[in-house]
Amino acid sequence: MSTLSERILGAPAGEFVDRAVDRAYVHDGTGVLTLEAWRQIADRVVTPPRFYVMFDHIVPANNSVTATLQHELRDFALEKGFCFSDVGGGISHQLMAEGEVMPGEIVVGADSHTCTLGAFGAFATGVGATDMAAIWASGCTWFRVPGTIALSLEGGLCAPAGAKDLALTYVGKLGMDGASYRALEFIGDGISSLEMDDRLTLCNLAVETGAKAGMCYADHTTRRYLAGRGKEIAIQAAEDCSYEREMAFDLNDVVPVVACPPRVDTVRPVTEVEGISLDQVFVGTCTNGRYSDLATLARGVRGKRVAVRTIVAPASESVLNEAVRTGVLADLVQAGCTILPPGCGPCLGAHMGVLGEGEVCLSTANRNFRNRMGVGGEIYLSSVETAAASALKGAITSPEDLYAD
Amino acid sequence: MRIEGRAVCLGEDIDTDLIIAGRYLRTKDRSVWAEHVMEDLDPDLAPRLRGAVIIAGKNFGCGSSREQAAVALKEAGVAGIIAPSFARIFFRNAINVGLPLMECEDGCRCTEGDRISADLESGMVHMNGKDYSIRLLSPRMIAILSAGGLVEFWRKKG
Repeated sequence: MSTLSERILGAPAGEFVDRAVDRAYVHDGTGVLTLEAWRQIADRVVTPPRFYVMFDHIVPANNSVTATLQHELRDFALEKGFCFSDVGGGISHQLMAEGEVMPGEIVVGADSHTCTLGAFGAFATGVGATDMAAIWASGCTWFRVPGTIALSLEGGLCAPAGAKDLALTYVGKLGMDGASYRALEFIGDGISSLEMDDRLTLCNLAVETGAKAGMCYADHTTRRYLAGRGKEIAIQAAEDCSYEREMAFDLNDVVPVVACPPRVDTVRPVTEVEGISLDQVFVGTCTNGRYSDLATLARGVRGKRVAVRTIVAPASESVLNEAVRTGVLADLVQAGCTILPPGCGPCLGAHMGVLGEGEVCLSTANRNFRNRMGVGGEIYLSSVETAAASALKGAITSPEDLYAD
Repeated sequence: MRIEGRAVCLGEDIDTDLIIAGRYLRTKDRSVWAEHVMEDLDPDLAPRLRGAVIIAGKNFGCGSSREQAAVALKEAGVAGIIAPSFARIFFRNAINVGLPLMECEDGCRCTEGDRISADLESGMVHMNGKDYSIRLLSPRMIAILSAGGLVEFWRKKG
């Protein structure tokens, strides 16, 4: 009997295997180095797999150096017939989650948060640029089949605690290297109460424990979500298998939390850090930039005014379109939020919301490393609900009152 | 494959943002990365990395997949890195750019400036009169490192 990783990679944990991949993607950040390495080893790209180039890290370009590098990568992608998403299309992981990745696939991305896509029951993991260049040239790469830590979820989340609070809670319990070289599997009855957006958030944070992959079995929720995007799938049945370790989480016990700088695993209840003054709130990223996140933010700030600069970046063009269609975007703008084009926004500290010396940001992203969003800036990580309550006060605030219903 | 150098001691959980900050990524000029490597950890560190073997705490290279982190250390002249554990994407990237990594589970006691020698095939590190054993790399990883990285390995393979 096998774990999901063992089943997809076709070998027991610990074995080294060479495998053809189903989908492989890069973004503007990692694609440039990939292209440089590829040119040194090959003159053609094999197919399959399906290859993607998606611009999300610095969009639109912030200066002429970036623009020139993007120009070169864009021309290459179009010439080679890659699936290409330009400035404004959105975050690579989100686009792959909008009906591309299917259960059981092997997916590699030149970005650490590729693990997000394990939410579909795929084996999805991040690689570097040179590994990706070799994949462009051969369609294959090597893996060591990971051992698996199971996170067994029971019960249901109690609002205003949400999937992000659960995600930060498990990172806090496991620590920043607690799952190094391993896969996380989210199992248990509690999974059925989580929507795909919640599962994407859970799997997104897997790499913050050092994990190679974070995975959920494809179930009726997965099937419904993909059917909405015109894709039919079979459900994956879990087998009895041997996990290296199993950790139980009662979802009813999860409370709103924040990760305090500069570590993702320094996780404390929001109530313990309330009142810390903020210079910026950022809602977006591959963790929490989906339509449900923007709608949650709008529900909190509608008809009110944010007290601190609040930056919102939709995860994709379709997320933005949905927010326009439903009026969520108008709610956010009228509440004083600054809207960025779909993409990673200021998460990686390159542009559009970089922090200054001594500034403090509450962000719905996944990393709060020292200086990440700007030299001398500090980052607290939270859910969208906590971000909304805090934006209205200009200080870290529990979402209990704002989302009391 | 033998590695020799002078010890530079660093802490645990050194992330790739600290190794090379996001603000320096948008270039193909490798000397920029070497110049700014570890700048946010210690602005005076970069010049001391030439000919150094870094002895670090657990989970070295955690965070993003940016290969520039491994390239920056190599371009700065780092001969190799010894740590109890490495983040997995950084591990692959380092091997692929020809930067030797050595997993030493017991953790090596580090004194700044100590002479270090290591042999990847036998899995032994010699430092300060003591021998430490490191986890053996696969023959393919050693072949990639000996070639100078995955690009050179591919070229030799034809």
